[in-house]
Amino acid sequence: MAERGGAEAAPRLCLEEEKRMPEPMSGPVVRLAGVEKSFGAARILRDITLEFAPGEVHALIGENGAGKSSLGKIVGGYYGADRGTVDILGVRLERPTPRHALQLGVAMIHQELQLVPQLSVAQNVFLGLETNVAGLLRGSENQRFTELDRRCGFGLDPRRTLGDLSIAERQKVEIMRAIARDARVIIMDEPTSSLTADEAERLHKVIAWLRDEGRTIIYVTHFLDHVLAVCDRVTVMRDGCIVRTGPIAKETKRSLVEAMLGESAEVAYPALPPAPDPTLPPRLSVRNASTEAGIADVSIDIRPGEIVGLVGLVGSGRSEVARAIFGADPLTSGTVALDDKAIVNLSPKRAVRAGIAFIPEDRRKQGLVLTQRTRPNMSLPHLAAISRFGLLDIAEERRRTRAMIAHFGIVPAASDGEVAYYSGGNQQKVLLSKWAYGTPQVVLLDEPSRGVDIGARRRIHDFIVELAQSGVAVLLISSELEEVLNLSHRSYLMSRGAIVGEIASASASVDQVLFRLFNVETQQPGEAAASPAYPE
Amino acid sequence: MADLSLTSVSGRRAFSVGDFLREYGVLIIIVLLMIGLSFLSPSFLTARNLLNILNQSAPLALIAAALTLVIISGGFDLSTGAIFGVASVSAAWLAVNVDPTLAMIAGPLIGLGLGVVNGLVITGFNIHSFLATLATSMVYRGIAVLITGGALIPVRMEEFAWIGRGRVGMVNIAVIILAVFTIAMMILLNRTTFGRRVIAVGGNEEAAILSGVRTKLVKIATFGLTGFAAGLAGIIAVSRISMGQPQAGVGMELEAIAAVILGGTSIYGGAGAVWRSIAGVLLLALIGNGFNILNVNPFYKDLTTGLIIVIAVALSAGKKRR
Repeated sequence: MAERGGAEAAPRLCLEEEKRMPEPMSGPVVRLAGVEKSFGAARILRDITLEFAPGEVHALIGENGAGKSSLGKIVGGYYGADRGTVDILGVRLERPTPRHALQLGVAMIHQELQLVPQLSVAQNVFLGLETNVAGLLRGSENQRFTELDRRCGFGLDPRRTLGDLSIAERQKVEIMRAIARDARVIIMDEPTSSLTADEAERLHKVIAWLRDEGRTIIYVTHFLDHVLAVCDRVTVMRDGCIVRTGPIAKETKRSLVEAMLGESAEVAYPALPPAPDPTLPPRLSVRNASTEAGIADVSIDIRPGEIVGLVGLVGSGRSEVARAIFGADPLTSGTVALDDKAIVNLSPKRAVRAGIAFIPEDRRKQGLVLTQRTRPNMSLPHLAAISRFGLLDIAEERRRTRAMIAHFGIVPAASDGEVAYYSGGNQQKVLLSKWAYGTPQVVLLDEPSRGVDIGARRRIHDFIVELAQSGVAVLLISSELEEVLNLSHRSYLMSRGAIVGEIASASASVDQVLFRLFNVETQQPGEAAASPAYPE
Repeated sequence: MADLSLTSVSGRRAFSVGDFLREYGVLIIIVLLMIGLSFLSPSFLTARNLLNILNQSAPLALIAAALTLVIISGGFDLSTGAIFGVASVSAAWLAVNVDPTLAMIAGPLIGLGLGVVNGLVITGFNIHSFLATLATSMVYRGIAVLITGGALIPVRMEEFAWIGRGRVGMVNIAVIILAVFTIAMMILLNRTTFGRRVIAVGGNEEAAILSGVRTKLVKIATFGLTGFAAGLAGIIAVSRISMGQPQAGVGMELEAIAAVILGGTSIYGGAGAVWRSIAGVLLLALIGNGFNILNVNPFYKDLTTGLIIVIAVALSAGKKRR
């Protein structure tokens, strides 16, 4: 077993671990038969019959709303099935509670991790499993943690407060929690969505180790590269049904996309409009901007009709630049100017009035008001334009909302739809509509296609191109380098809150850019600032 | 099932009995109570008794209507009872020593000022509204005591009596004021840019800021409005009992909050309706009225009220979204 764990970086195993593992089984670990699930009138899962084998990494993929997360949650005991049965290691999952599923050997690791930030690492791992005498804690968690960590080899400090850990480290805590409960099946819902490429790779090594221990991993994700890299089998879902289940060896990225969409797919980007004349004066001009959020001396120019990318590793300050331009983080020095006119006392309100639109990265936390319906969500920045003396023109608001719904193809196509229940892709479209509603001069997009399905992603890309065609200056931020390089004319490279270079996007390759970014990261800050590539 | 769909516009949720109960639970309880009371006592279902109930609960209802906006914006106001007290004694003092008409104008304005102070303390020092208004309520109550030196201020003046005791035909002037104010609050919440911003601030403050909403101004305005309503309620009460007392309105802030929550406005902010809070006030008043006309031992009144609040809030708790 340990040998199969393989590679140097893979976590170490301890021999006593093998004794604790039951004999390999022949039957499936999890068996779903005829599972159905609806929320209100929406049928999320239809007649799902599926088996998960011991010791496999099994991917669940599909567009948003295909039902993959719901399926994971039914196995994890978070949702009860309306019809059909779930058997775990031959035992029926009778009560749909996470506690019962855990007793049967299923642990679920969520998109939003479910840990207590105030407690220590060890306290989190053994939460609910504390050794106690009649409720009095023995306080032996740190010691038990050390034993557990010897098996996992993550090397986490049990005493650290969880809130201080990075997301990647917290995920390790979640995994240790699952192992401490001796989970035979671990469901991971989008575990890599907040991780850097490097961290994702490390997670994949952990997953391979868990599999080699004989555990089953159910891996719910959007990232097809990850599926191809780490999974043994894949189940593709569409509209609540299983399209097919098969070994990963038979699949390619293209075949998976086609199965998800149910049509042959172009995994391509739309054609960019020609770059504007370089002698044209910039529409947006940021000069030597610094904020307390950690950006220093940032200068950026964007011409009308130009799409400019901002690339950098996570934490390099990309989002902070957008926030600074929008006035969400107050400038400590520097200026933001539109058509050569500096905006005085920059604030979100003044930015909106000047025609700057900002699509933030987290649509649920920063973008949408989920207690409100589609119509008020879209009109929020434009209330002055659809009102008279403070009284709203509801008919006009409805008309504009319907126009946006048609323009983006938002489903459900209702101006009073409950956004909180929309799929990620449709929520994102509502967020874009919110700004396309007016006539923005500058649009700042932070991770516009994160966590949306392929159809919505394509629509969003088309929208970005439409913006440039109509003469808008666009700033595009994305963790997906490929997306930025394919959808922008120029890109600025960022590191540690400063701009360290500028490239023509079309001529750059993902590898080159990554190489440069990582090289800069390993230099001292002083050297980075002195990078000659930055034209001043 | 889908054919019965009430909210088919959302494209997602079909009609369900549970949703209906949650949406209209308070109204259903009110109707049941009214039917029950009218069977038990012939004097209940008379225009006179019903108007009387409305009239008596007008001060509380004024506060609850405005407080709804504070709670929708994600805030909390524990100082309405104290503002009510300060406005009462200030108006009484002004009526006796200066001019009764000026006193009637000053009462709500003093309330407005104290409400704005609440808003400034909350947004300026970035203190949670619960703590800030807990503190200011003590300060305000102290001011009320200082104004009177602890004594009562009798106000026996014709010019001051009409607002609390006057009628137009059968209808009390206080009821008319309540109706006008409630409709104004409903329009403000549902039809104006300000109302939209109030809901957005409570639903997702970060999103509101990133949409260019000046959230601090919005918060200050909601607290100002609630202070205004408490001041207005204060002068109606003084006019009614011909007396300004520094301890007027003790506990009223909690009754107002109970009415708003009873109505089903989300304590987490971002959703709610003014009419619901008025319904909440009426429910509280009906319980009291029922005890009176049935001659039941009033010792059971608080107990019954508390139980009904628990049931109503439990009914609407299922609405919380995943």
